[in-house]
Amino acid sequence: MHQHEPNDWKKYVIVLFITTTIFITGLWLSNYFNNKKIDQLKSIEDKISLDLMSSETQFSLLQELSCKDVSTTVLSSELNSLAEKISYSESNMGSTDDNVISLKKYYSLLEIKDYLLMKKITERCGQKSIFVLYFYKNEKCDDCTKQGYVLTSLREKYPNLRVYSFDYNLDLSAIRAMTSIYKVPDDLPAVVINGKVYSGFKTVEEIEKTFPELESIKKSEEVVKPKTSTKAKVTAPITTSTVETVKTN
Amino acid sequence: MEGIYTIIFYVFSFISVYVQIFFLVTFLDKRRNIAWSPKNIELSHYPTVTIAVPCYNEQSTIHKTIESLLALDYPKDKLTILIVDDGSKDDTWKIIQGFDNGTSVRAFHKENGGKHTAVNFALEKSTGEFFGCLDADSFVHNQALKRIMRYFENDPRNMAVIPSVLSHNPKNIIQNAQKVEYDMGVYIKKMLGLIGGIQVTPGPLSTFRKKVFDELGPYRKAHNTEDQEIALRMQEHGYKIDYCPDAYVYTNTPDSVMKLYRQRLRWIYGFIKNLVDYRHLLFRKKYGTVALFTLPTGMVSVFGIIFVFFTVVYNVINLIYNKIVQIHVIGFHNFFQIGYKFDWFFINTKAMLFLSIFLYILVIVSVLIGRKMSTGKANFSVSIIYFSIIYSMIAPFWMLRAIYNSIFSKESSWTFERRVTNN
Repeated sequence: MHQHEPNDWKKYVIVLFITTTIFITGLWLSNYFNNKKIDQLKSIEDKISLDLMSSETQFSLLQELSCKDVSTTVLSSELNSLAEKISYSESNMGSTDDNVISLKKYYSLLEIKDYLLMKKITERCGQKSIFVLYFYKNEKCDDCTKQGYVLTSLREKYPNLRVYSFDYNLDLSAIRAMTSIYKVPDDLPAVVINGKVYSGFKTVEEIEKTFPELESIKKSEEVVKPKTSTKAKVTAPITTSTVETVKTN
Repeated sequence: MEGIYTIIFYVFSFISVYVQIFFLVTFLDKRRNIAWSPKNIELSHYPTVTIAVPCYNEQSTIHKTIESLLALDYPKDKLTILIVDDGSKDDTWKIIQGFDNGTSVRAFHKENGGKHTAVNFALEKSTGEFFGCLDADSFVHNQALKRIMRYFENDPRNMAVIPSVLSHNPKNIIQNAQKVEYDMGVYIKKMLGLIGGIQVTPGPLSTFRKKVFDELGPYRKAHNTEDQEIALRMQEHGYKIDYCPDAYVYTNTPDSVMKLYRQRLRWIYGFIKNLVDYRHLLFRKKYGTVALFTLPTGMVSVFGIIFVFFTVVYNVINLIYNKIVQIHVIGFHNFFQIGYKFDWFFINTKAMLFLSIFLYILVIVSVLIGRKMSTGKANFSVSIIYFSIIYSMIAPFWMLRAIYNSIFSKESSWTFERRVTNN
């Protein structure tokens, strides 16, 4: 006697169609904005690359001239913020995303170039700088996260400390060359400070103790500070914030 | 791991969007079929109606409940009110005796046996062509019964009609949040009514043709959610249940988190248990919308809310853990440093975010349509915002507990809840 109304199959299908359309739109929107971001990062990298080349050329040209003419502004906040953006993209799009990997490779190359150039400049001009090459990996490495915090904090304390971070597992021949030159073990995190390798987690105190020079660069900075132009101030070492952000993801 | 998480997220959000779009399409398709009653309607014929009021320790609200029934605009000689005291331990029995006039209002006292025994007690004594049941913590609008009866008059296939249950005089945040939920319920239940998908005939003034009980039997003990069991039994047998959005019944909502928790624990527990009892309905097309839509999506929503909850908990714990590691490693140095510069680059552009925002908008639209349907005005209020915050924080607890209880068969009792609610 009693009967259900017939099922409205058409509606089930129409709703499925609408929902799918909404989903595709959502995915498309996300993809659209992510591509915009990748494009932005690429153009930042290109610009930094150009600046670096310009500095290298300037350095070669001015070999004979006084050190104060060498511009070191390449190591700017631009590189720093690029690092943050790359690590953000890594967490957003996944560390296996091809675009992210290619951005990271480019970024690592820029770091290496910058490291080489800065080393030359400091050697020739007798500046006191400490270079830290930091090797980390993204998976299963709690100590890497901690090391990231330590280096960030050190970098803030000693602005002339130059920290360059590298993803040990990034498939890049230049990174492999560095790890073989400095004999970096797979026991990560590992830091190379002024050419010497230290593996395993190192606290702020341990690093400060091993490198009393840190204090002196801090002091020399304090002396120089009043004279530094705003432009020079921006000249921050690159990547510690990445160290932290890349790692925590 | 993250891949699996993403897939689960997409599945849940796809189903949630599907459900909301389903309601919206139904609304756009059938909005002309929603019968609106003029202020005062006249029926061509006034059938006899019996309304049962089961009560247990209801001394604080029972008076108002009965007064509201007495004020109903319905011919007095056609309406009988049967008040059944289910062994109250307070003054309920004394109060209801005062209303007994020997004819149209009768008061009865029986041993405590649970709500369904009280309703069945009244059912046995009822003589009307229609039988309604009103929880003793609710009050009816004086046109409610007439408007409900109009649905029966207009469509002889209607076997039960449920009214708009609205939150009575919400005072605090918890009650205002529930008001939003009830407003949204008006819309959702009406849509379900239009497509034959109603799965519960709630305690506040759901009205049945008496023959429903003659043919299907009386209320059964059903995990303290007998209102749902009878609705599912009706759906199983193809009995039509409709929803009358302008028959208002105001119900007292729990005024604290703990009371709300207990009430919802009972509802969700009952839902799960009834779902198990009526699992033979699931996905069988001959049982219509309840089997294909209402029950499956209800099930998904329980798991969906728990899933979202664990996601949030996981992220919060992760954040705290990272902060602790940071403090441990470098002390409080730069702990309070914000140093954040706005950059559009850092605005999240994950598809998940777009879909969540879209879903949230759909929920707000549902609340607004519900308000429009029940009161004629679609007002936006801040309570819509904290409704979602409060519910997303506490709903997972009663859902998890309900799942736990249903696995280990721990019943939450109606009388226990009453006792607590009325304290």
